Amino acid sequence: MSAIQPPAEIVWWKQPLDKVEGTWISIALVWSLIMFFMMPFWHIYGKQNLSSEAYRTTPQAYMAKTQAMVDQYTIRTETDAKLPVVRPPPGSDVYLLGRLWQWWPLLELEKGQTYRLHISSMDWQHGFSLQPVNINTQILPGYEMVLTITPDTSGEQTIICNEFCGIGHHNMLGKIYVTEGGQ
Amino acid sequence: MSKELYRTCPESGLQFHKQAEWLMRAHAVVAVVILLIGGIAALLVTLTRWPAIHLLPADRFYQLLTTHGVNMLIFWMITFEIAILYFCSSTLLKVRLATPKLAWGGLALMVVGIIINNLAVANGDASVMMTSYVPMPANPNFYLGLILFAVGALVGCFVFLGTLVIAKDEKTYEGSIPLVTFGALTACIIAVFTIASGAIVLVPTWLWSLGYINNIDAAMYRIVWWALGHSSQQINVAAHVAVWYAIAAIVFGARPLSEKVSRTAFFLYIAFLQLASAHHLLVDPGLSAEWKIFNTSYAMYLAVLASMVHGLTVPGSIEVAQRAKGYTNGLFQWLRKAPWGNPIFSGMFISLIGFGFLGGISGVVMGTEQINIIIHNTIYVPGHFHATVVIGSTLAFMSLTYFLIPTLFRKQVMFPGMAKLQPYFFGLGMSVFALAMMGAGTLGVERRHWDMAFTNAPLDFAYPASAFTMMGIMGVAGTVAIVGGAMYILVTVGSVFFGKPVGSESNYGFTTTRVLRADPIVVPEGGHEAAGKWGFAAPGTFLLAIFFLVTFVLYYAVNWKYLASVWPMS
Repeated sequence: MSAIQPPAEIVWWKQPLDKVEGTWISIALVWSLIMFFMMPFWHIYGKQNLSSEAYRTTPQAYMAKTQAMVDQYTIRTETDAKLPVVRPPPGSDVYLLGRLWQWWPLLELEKGQTYRLHISSMDWQHGFSLQPVNINTQILPGYEMVLTITPDTSGEQTIICNEFCGIGHHNMLGKIYVTEGGQ
Repeated sequence: MSKELYRTCPESGLQFHKQAEWLMRAHAVVAVVILLIGGIAALLVTLTRWPAIHLLPADRFYQLLTTHGVNMLIFWMITFEIAILYFCSSTLLKVRLATPKLAWGGLALMVVGIIINNLAVANGDASVMMTSYVPMPANPNFYLGLILFAVGALVGCFVFLGTLVIAKDEKTYEGSIPLVTFGALTACIIAVFTIASGAIVLVPTWLWSLGYINNIDAAMYRIVWWALGHSSQQINVAAHVAVWYAIAAIVFGARPLSEKVSRTAFFLYIAFLQLASAHHLLVDPGLSAEWKIFNTSYAMYLAVLASMVHGLTVPGSIEVAQRAKGYTNGLFQWLRKAPWGNPIFSGMFISLIGFGFLGGISGVVMGTEQINIIIHNTIYVPGHFHATVVIGSTLAFMSLTYFLIPTLFRKQVMFPGMAKLQPYFFGLGMSVFALAMMGAGTLGVERRHWDMAFTNAPLDFAYPASAFTMMGIMGVAGTVAIVGGAMYILVTVGSVFFGKPVGSESNYGFTTTRVLRADPIVVPEGGHEAAGKWGFAAPGTFLLAIFFLVTFVLYYAVNWKYLASVWPMS
């Protein structure tokens, strides 16, 4: 009886397992378990783990914190729109916000130093995609995500929005400049 | 059994309940019309993301990407699946379909929902992508159309369940339901879960869009929406695996290696597949690592294990059937001598290989909690799901169609030469397309994005030249796949509406439709193992499975290595 007909044996669940199936199931199960335990293993021994630290916030409260940082640590402005470039001290809390359609402010960090990078959205959902290093996270309005990051390559990184956020989505860019230590 | 109620297909021996037959035909026709709409959108979207062409302006691009996503991932799939549910219950169990009038009502609701949703998107104020993430607003009719469609589909699910009850009650079969029907039941159970999740998230969102609800939490929306969004793709997985088993039975008369293993694997889908909502939330704020690890791995990859089992047992059952027919030379004579010119088989086999090697491996890799950091929302993601949903589900459904044209629609297949080539154009084009997307995604290219060159952006960024090359390859291969899709629509619409009716057996076209009338497979002397090697009944399939595993392990390891190169974070 083929697979589109009822099983030939009424008591099909007592049929012995086929050898090729039994062997493969054992191998596949072992591999499944390896993949499962790889994730907690990386939490203990790996260096790239997303924190689960996050807070409820509002656009107004988050904007105020970001503005305070910008007022204190802006070192220059860029483009005709005079976008502030902020250089916060190593180890400090850094605030980045996504809004239609920009990442604000631009940041300058020091290589090898650790920062607490807060990110939130002022309006719709956005996607934080740092290129070319390739770090991607989801940014939601009302939630303040905190990533503890340590830039270990110097140079210019671009923040792209990779969650669709309306007609200006493809123009939504930001920057993180990473300088060598001591500059 | 009165003559008016049923007809028996003279070639296949299948018995069709006439009311069910018309319902299946109607669902299949609606599905193909949606496929055409989604396909036209696919062409325009592909030609826009192909950097050298960059066809559409931004607003049209986002609008048509929404049209493409909703029609293909929800409307085409589920409408065709309702036809499969009716086939697997009424036809395979030789029973009348429960409440045919209600079933027509369900289809009517689905069609009304499809029209309302598509009109909202066409109106231009619902270009919110299939996911319609709040708080980005859409025209309320966008959600209303989806809700009506879901209610109609739910009616179809209950008609299927009712038909199973009638068959059991009227004893139209002995023992257990066939494996393929069991697979359809799996799809139905997942569908009920999916539609319930859809109602929980879309009804409040609709009310929010009308102004009756003040706020929808973005994180809550994502968790519940993905119980709709991902689970609906799991309906497809269960349905297309059932179709694989059905085609192995139709073309080869194959029987499952063991009912117990295949059914347990389907049961694992029911038990664990719904956890996959987490795949989309791995880099969302605030969710704990424990929650992510448990859910993203379907407990402990138990649903992945189930797919790896089906990946062995489907070709394994074909190998056993072929060896019993005397194709016992070496490890792969059974495969070489398979009917590669028969699109029912070739499409199904490309679907199986593409789903496993491209869709399955990429899905598990990017669904690994930490590896998702380097993949989330890049174009790798659509690369993955075009391999699962398009190569896996759509191509399997297309293959089944070539069987349904003579048996269900009683028409000769028009343009048989084109039908033979169709799975190769579609399957291979789509494979290269998916691979190119995964390549571009690995280089960081984002999904749902109109301009990877950032021409009008206030700041500059340039992807490496290789990323543009990948997107060019994607454009070419995508166009080839769309040509394959157009061939499918030409053959099916041509056959169904303008084809010659099947008269004698000889004009059924493809030679392997003698489903229930074929000679049963004779067990070789010494059992099926004797026709195999190493004590295995299906040694060639086992070797293929090992090759699959090696590919899987290597690719998994490469991605961890890549992850280790990005900035440390905690």
